[in-house]
Amino acid sequence: MHKITSLRMEHITKRFPGTLACDDITLSVGEGEILALVGENGAGKTTLMNILMGLYQSDEGRILINGEEVRFKSPNDAFSAGLGMVHQQYMLVSNMTVTENIALGYKAAWSALKLDLAKVRARIVEISDKYGLAVDPDAYIWQLSVGEQQRVELVKTLCLGARFLILDEPTSALTPQETDELIVLLKRMKRELSIIFISHKLQEVKNLCDNLLILRHGAVVYEGKTADHSMADIAALMTGHEVELPVNEEEACSGAVVLDIRDLDVKSDRGFLALDGFNLAVRCGEIVGLAGVSGNGQRELAEAINGLRRVERGQILFYGEDLANKSPHHIIDSGMGYIPEERNTEGIVPSFSLKENLILKDTEREEFSNHHFLKNKAIEENATELRVKFDIRSPNTSVAAGSLSGGNIQKVILAREISRKPKFLLAVYPIRGLDLGAAEFIHKQLLEKRREGVGILLISEELDEILDLSDRVAVIFKGKIQQILDRKDANRRKLGILMAGVGDDQAL
Amino acid sequence: MTKHFKLIYKITIIALAIAAAMGAGSIILLSIGADVAKTYLVILLEPLKSTLQISEVLLRAIPLSIIALGISVAYRSGIINIGAEGQMMMGILGTTMVALSLPTLPKVILIPLAILTGALFGGAWGFIAGILRAKLQVSELLSTVMLNYIAAQFYTFMLRGPFLDPAEKTLGGAGTPQSMRLTRNLWLTRFIPRTRLHTGLFIALALAAFIYFLLWKTDFGYKMRASGASGRAARYGGISVAWYLVVSMVISGAFAGIAGAIEVAGVHRRALEGITAGYGFSGIVVALFGGLSPIGIIPASFFFGLLIVGSDMTQRLVGVPANMINVLQGIIILVIVATKMILADPYLAERVWRWYQRRCTVRAEVEA
Repeated sequence: MHKITSLRMEHITKRFPGTLACDDITLSVGEGEILALVGENGAGKTTLMNILMGLYQSDEGRILINGEEVRFKSPNDAFSAGLGMVHQQYMLVSNMTVTENIALGYKAAWSALKLDLAKVRARIVEISDKYGLAVDPDAYIWQLSVGEQQRVELVKTLCLGARFLILDEPTSALTPQETDELIVLLKRMKRELSIIFISHKLQEVKNLCDNLLILRHGAVVYEGKTADHSMADIAALMTGHEVELPVNEEEACSGAVVLDIRDLDVKSDRGFLALDGFNLAVRCGEIVGLAGVSGNGQRELAEAINGLRRVERGQILFYGEDLANKSPHHIIDSGMGYIPEERNTEGIVPSFSLKENLILKDTEREEFSNHHFLKNKAIEENATELRVKFDIRSPNTSVAAGSLSGGNIQKVILAREISRKPKFLLAVYPIRGLDLGAAEFIHKQLLEKRREGVGILLISEELDEILDLSDRVAVIFKGKIQQILDRKDANRRKLGILMAGVGDDQAL
Repeated sequence: MTKHFKLIYKITIIALAIAAAMGAGSIILLSIGADVAKTYLVILLEPLKSTLQISEVLLRAIPLSIIALGISVAYRSGIINIGAEGQMMMGILGTTMVALSLPTLPKVILIPLAILTGALFGGAWGFIAGILRAKLQVSELLSTVMLNYIAAQFYTFMLRGPFLDPAEKTLGGAGTPQSMRLTRNLWLTRFIPRTRLHTGLFIALALAAFIYFLLWKTDFGYKMRASGASGRAARYGGISVAWYLVVSMVISGAFAGIAGAIEVAGVHRRALEGITAGYGFSGIVVALFGGLSPIGIIPASFFFGLLIVGSDMTQRLVGVPANMINVLQGIIILVIVATKMILADPYLAERVWRWYQRRCTVRAEVEA
């Protein structure tokens, strides 16, 4: 297995009907180099990487590895050339264990009649020890949080013998500590292999990457040393305009408590207590950020509040009424808005049109149906209006919602939840995987709702997001609130320590 | 890929699918020594040559379309009903019961009452599978098949026992298991002279319109479709997915029951064995073939009616057994499923597109 000392993509052009996805893009990565590939969603990064990985073929241009031209007809060709990609959307079989998933691609463990799972496990242990990526080889994928699944993806790619890594948003699900560790790890790994690092997080790009390639609308707008530009410059080059993520700078609200969670016990899919005596209160007109590594009970909390998961014990007082174990329908009617974690499968019905998705919770409301007959005109008008107001980029209101990009799907969900005039909003990882433009838009909307007096519980792993928006920050660890801090007392370091489960007294 | 190419690609795949189905059918026909071309011609064209034959095709299309409509509702709501055969039998029993016990009711009351009772019985049979799935996560594939067996035995029991024609009874139990001829007041009008085509045709069309409105124009339909398309998103949206599973299964069963009621009132005019004639299973194929929408199910049921009548004729005209039609149906199901998967694979389309482009460049080079 020889190293990949240089990889070049030259003059790559790829057309899709009606769009030019990649327009004469050239990039090169040398030995031990980390190249950052940045750009908004739809800028052509994914298409470019799919071409590199053999999923698509370019219309024009060529790929050179170690100076020799290669042609990838399928992803297998790319794998055997030593390229490995960790996708944003995980390619894992959810009803199999971690070991089984990795065994799927780990041909060394396969023989004619037997699959040597012990060998796979040994490999997993070896890789996870070597790189400090903790995974439970026996856990089923469906039991894992998004963050844990991503770790499995990383381990999988490394187990399969990648000698050149393409990481698509690898840190979006990691805690700051994990991110720092990953960056240290990647820096160490670049002695062995080269990396293309796709990210929206410019801080990481600045920290980690030597070179930078910025794409906009399918074309290269900048190529050069990362050190030559400030983060603001890079953001401006990416989006074509100055970007400023909004910050919550107003006085904290002292309104009435609207959501009061008391001694909540909720079980996870695996049957243990994911929330164990959980307490949290949110006032109206206040954003409470719930920081924590994913898999510490956030999903269970969000589902319990919305009636999608059984509450074993405790109360969820919402404007005085206990919502524990009420039906989702009842909870929606009492004014709860919910931006779910899984926007593609839970937040929308993918095969339904955009306009149908915008009335998912309101088919019974008089506004959209008359004696159970849907009012098509009203539904269309509603969609037309929201599409403009929330800047949802789609050809029309009849396209399948599942065909939209992640940012636009999130805008559809946000449009629906906000236009319903909720009394409270629960937003779970609202900007995960979204580009700066979409993130900016969504944060502005959340702050606007806060100003209108809506209480917001923001569940996130991204400390910047939490620190930018929250009035108070609560840290969740193993199903309990670790500590609640006022915004002025919270900082990245402190939150990071708390998120790792280290108590105040031990650390400081 | 150009739009033009996509269209041609789609048409080509469908044409290949039809060719594959006919090709596979040909092999089987050849193996029994039949004249392939003549057999296909007889199946597809012979039934269209006279009013009588066309009316027979429509006669078969009536129960097929009604059952397929019901199955499409269930399918779209995320539950697969393969119990239409049993639900249809229950519907027949309900209708027969009403007609036997209230023979003096006037036509305008008896027909609706009998059909509704059929719907009720079929719906109840569907409800059992629905509630088992919703409350206990019992697979509907299992429960509907088992309920088919129970219904079939119960049906035979009723025809040999309580419903047995008194005229047959005098034969000392050796007679045909069937009910007596039902009251004239139950009979559906045959509106084309010298054919059996009855007014059930209009009921079927009305039911198709009903399903179209139900699924696409009402909030019930919206919620059913949402539950079927993405149960998780539907639950998130406050839709009681379990409840709509049960409702859709009841509708599905009721439609099979109506099909049974109409078959009794329109064609046989008594309950006898073999009325269901596999309609409950063919209905699944019709529903899938019709793309799970009323607009597709109407022509699809006509097509399958044609196959049934045509296969009867092949027996007479070219000596191919009518059972061949079951073989063809099986092949068609396989081909539909395969075609759907092929059309849903963007990478295959991409590969074909690349191949096509290479061909074009090669040809351009040759010409140059």
